[in-house]
Amino acid sequence: MAQSEQEILAGLADIVNEETGLDTDSVQLDKAFTEDLDIDSLSMMTIVVNAEDKFGVKIPDDEVKNLVTVGDAVKFIGANQS
Amino acid sequence: MPSARPSLSPGVTPRHSRILGVGGYRPRRVVPNSEVIEAIDSSDEWIQERSGIKSRRWASEDETIIAMSAAAARDAMAMAGITPDQLGTVLVATVTWMYNTPAAAPVLAAELGATNAAAFDISAACAGYCHGIAIASDLVKGGTSDYVLVVGVERLSDFTDPTDRGTAFIFGDGAGAAIVGPSETPGIGPTVWGADGTRWDAIQQREPWTEVVSAGKEKPAIVMQGQAVFRWAVWSMAPVAQQAIDAAGITIGDLDAFIPHQANMRIIDSMIKTLKLPEGIPVARDIAETANTSAASIPLATERMLREGQAPHGGLALQIGFGAGLSYAAQVVVLP
Repeated sequence: MAQSEQEILAGLADIVNEETGLDTDSVQLDKAFTEDLDIDSLSMMTIVVNAEDKFGVKIPDDEVKNLVTVGDAVKFIGANQS
Repeated sequence: MPSARPSLSPGVTPRHSRILGVGGYRPRRVVPNSEVIEAIDSSDEWIQERSGIKSRRWASEDETIIAMSAAAARDAMAMAGITPDQLGTVLVATVTWMYNTPAAAPVLAAELGATNAAAFDISAACAGYCHGIAIASDLVKGGTSDYVLVVGVERLSDFTDPTDRGTAFIFGDGAGAAIVGPSETPGIGPTVWGADGTRWDAIQQREPWTEVVSAGKEKPAIVMQGQAVFRWAVWSMAPVAQQAIDAAGITIGDLDAFIPHQANMRIIDSMIKTLKLPEGIPVARDIAETANTSAASIPLATERMLREGQAPHGGLALQIGFGAGLSYAAQVVVLP
């Protein structure tokens, strides 16, 4: 069942926290993974794989570059959850 | 009625195989991160954060594919207690030998005086050494050869674009070697291997030789899609490593060493986590001072772990090679 935007954001914040140690409160929709949260490309891939497991979505390699902000990721996950 | 045909000799009775000796050659010239950062507008810190690499070795002119291979092979033969004339096969895994023909292996065999050996190269990139161990093990078990030399050797500095931020700091040069021979007990577990050619462009020589020539380029370069390779290496290869453990009939806690291809420290760390490798099992981290030497990385790391006492002689090591192809091979071996 599809989750709400807030549920996805909270789940994603936990994943980011686990990978980077960043406070979950800092993971906001308007934050850019690279520019604002200082997450590098390999950590980003770990977050993507963990998000796939957690939310039951497929995030192809080619799609990862389009996930610039946390909001982009939340939107993609919401739209692709079955 | 046709007359009965004679039956073929079975050769030898099926027997076991094991690695009897390893050796390594590291080029003289140490290249710290400070030497590569300017061309990619980077920093030592940036490189270490993304790869765990502090320095690498780059081969000088006289440290050729053959010279490095011969040095590593002589050490491996000394450890195994055999002489070159006992070698039945010489296998060289490399992607940086500059001749399409002949292969490097016959030239190496001649250099070593391995006059009784068949010799050919293996092109499986970073998985080349583990492919070589698989082939060598079967050659010994099937009786084709008593002793097989397996060399992984690269001069990746010849194929590196110093301005490519994705690879300029990753690659290094060197050679590692192993001797595989007969054994009374199983010393090389079943190999789990494969390839996915649909993803041939994830790691590739950027331009085919025809283009290098027609465009008047000095040399080609190896490039890769770092993020995609990272995902594949960690989350697709950890299950392959587990399959090799299962195929060997042991559990992960039985391992005395984990020796993955030295691709990137971040891949190694994530693989350990995904594989749930118990704490306390020594892990090869030769990449910090050697960088990624493709086919040479596993035998170089093995030689180092044994020399420095990080892994015990006779211990069980899981080794896994993975890279361009996308090719991979994994097996559990008894360390010499």
